[in-house]
Amino acid sequence: MKDELIDYCLRLGDSSLILSHRIAEYCSKAPILEEDLAITNVGLDLLGQAENFLNYAANLKGNTTADLLTFKRREGDFRCLHLVQTPNTDFAFILARQFFMDCYHQILFKKLLNSKDETILGISKKAIKEVNYHLDRSSDWIKRLGLGTKESNERIQNAINDLWMYTDELFTDNSTDLSMEKNKIAPLSSSLKDEWSQMVVNTLKDSEIEVPEDIYYSLKYGKDGFHTEYLGYILAEMQHLPLLYPDATW
Amino acid sequence: MENERKLEEFQQKIDANIKIEPKDWMPEKYRQTLIRQISQHAHSEIIGMQPEGNWLTRAPSLRAKKILMAKIQDEAGHGLYLYCAAETLGVKREQFLQWLHEGKAKYSSVFNYPTLTWADMGAVGWLVDGAAIVNQVSLQGTSYGPYSRAMVKICMEESFHQRQGFEIMVQLAKGTKEQKQMAQDALNRWWWPSIMMFGPHDSESAHSNQSLKWKIKRESNDELRQRYINKTIEQGHHLGLTFPDPNLKFNEETKNYDYSPIDWDEFWNVVKGNGPGNKLRINHHIKAHEDGKWVREAAKAYSEKINLSKKTA
Repeated sequence: MKDELIDYCLRLGDSSLILSHRIAEYCSKAPILEEDLAITNVGLDLLGQAENFLNYAANLKGNTTADLLTFKRREGDFRCLHLVQTPNTDFAFILARQFFMDCYHQILFKKLLNSKDETILGISKKAIKEVNYHLDRSSDWIKRLGLGTKESNERIQNAINDLWMYTDELFTDNSTDLSMEKNKIAPLSSSLKDEWSQMVVNTLKDSEIEVPEDIYYSLKYGKDGFHTEYLGYILAEMQHLPLLYPDATW
Repeated sequence: MENERKLEEFQQKIDANIKIEPKDWMPEKYRQTLIRQISQHAHSEIIGMQPEGNWLTRAPSLRAKKILMAKIQDEAGHGLYLYCAAETLGVKREQFLQWLHEGKAKYSSVFNYPTLTWADMGAVGWLVDGAAIVNQVSLQGTSYGPYSRAMVKICMEESFHQRQGFEIMVQLAKGTKEQKQMAQDALNRWWWPSIMMFGPHDSESAHSNQSLKWKIKRESNDELRQRYINKTIEQGHHLGLTFPDPNLKFNEETKNYDYSPIDWDEFWNVVKGNGPGNKLRINHHIKAHEDGKWVREAAKAYSEKINLSKKTA
């Protein structure tokens, strides 16, 4: 069970870490200054969540730290979802990705408030407050873009369509999910899907955005250690200094 | 006659340290000077996000990444306070941005220098923010109310930035041989640009005298520069690093550090936007602004729709 718990913490930690990294890439590129502030705030919260989960994973593993897990781990040992690895194609893609993840996080962290694991419970208690605000922001923007202009509607529709297939992974159970559920640490990923779909579909419909059809996503998943081509580049950049100067502490 | 009387009353208020507020009468030149100075200050905060953002994705620890991200966010916030303060003088933010993009408005030319290593995140915080704080602490006493209040808020956060930068320098200076070299190299590259941040010598400064009389500026460029140098030398010695100036020494008579003549040719070249840095920074800002045009239009159209439906409801 310990291995599965570590794997689960890595999944949550890595997903927040990589999403936060994508937000960091967007620094100073937002459409208005207020949005630069808001999105950086979200990135900071996600980085904090990542650090908490990675600290816990490091404690469970022993002989490592959250920093070592972040900066010295190989790509195949990362457990982040594919969705968070997708690039910042434009504001619509950034927003759609964030909205999908915010809905997912809100539902997940709420359920994790019943976790038998006190550390996960504690992290989730703090995270849920942050995620509520993240979702307020991203769902407001979905509405603005969906109902704003013809161009914004087309752009957000396009982003939703393109990213839709990546949401499949959020609700697929693997052996880690089964173990977490059995030990009452976390719900099955599949159990989150109905609520997520309802939440997403309602916001999309209110925003005059069509809901894409589910497509079977034929690749293997990030949570099993099989990644998109994007992750290698993200890690090459993120891990560059600690790998170049292996004896240094930062 | 009327204007002369108003001007006299205005100067009396300034002399009595009564703040000038947006609705108060003010000489047109006072207003223009503030528009130029506050917007330049706001632009500096915003353009300053770029050289630091350059290392955000390569910060070498989670803690360093969090702190740098928070710092860049603060800078966006400072930009926002300052644009708001500048807008009280009757110019809209969109206009300020247009002037920036057209090269009509300036920002602190120190941000045209590239950030080449992680140590630059230390040196920028320690030296560039360190120099900015000296200036900003002084500006808390500026005569224009909104500017002064923005400065009070900004100064609280800037002192955290300088500590963050110094912490990186301490860590590198105590680290491996390569880290120490990195720190020394960053100090070598950022020392003179940070000194030049205070602008031309008092004898050469185009705007200084009138600004001092109106208490827009409270102290002269050279006074502020000397204060910065005095406090920073001590900190550099604590780090065990050397400053790239062979003539730097304490003068027992003046109780100040003496320093070599400043290379004003370099200063004016950078101010005029020569070299790749200026183009890089401005083009980045223009691109982000243009890429965001459809988003701003969508937000505007949406809020108009909402307002309309509220009215008809």
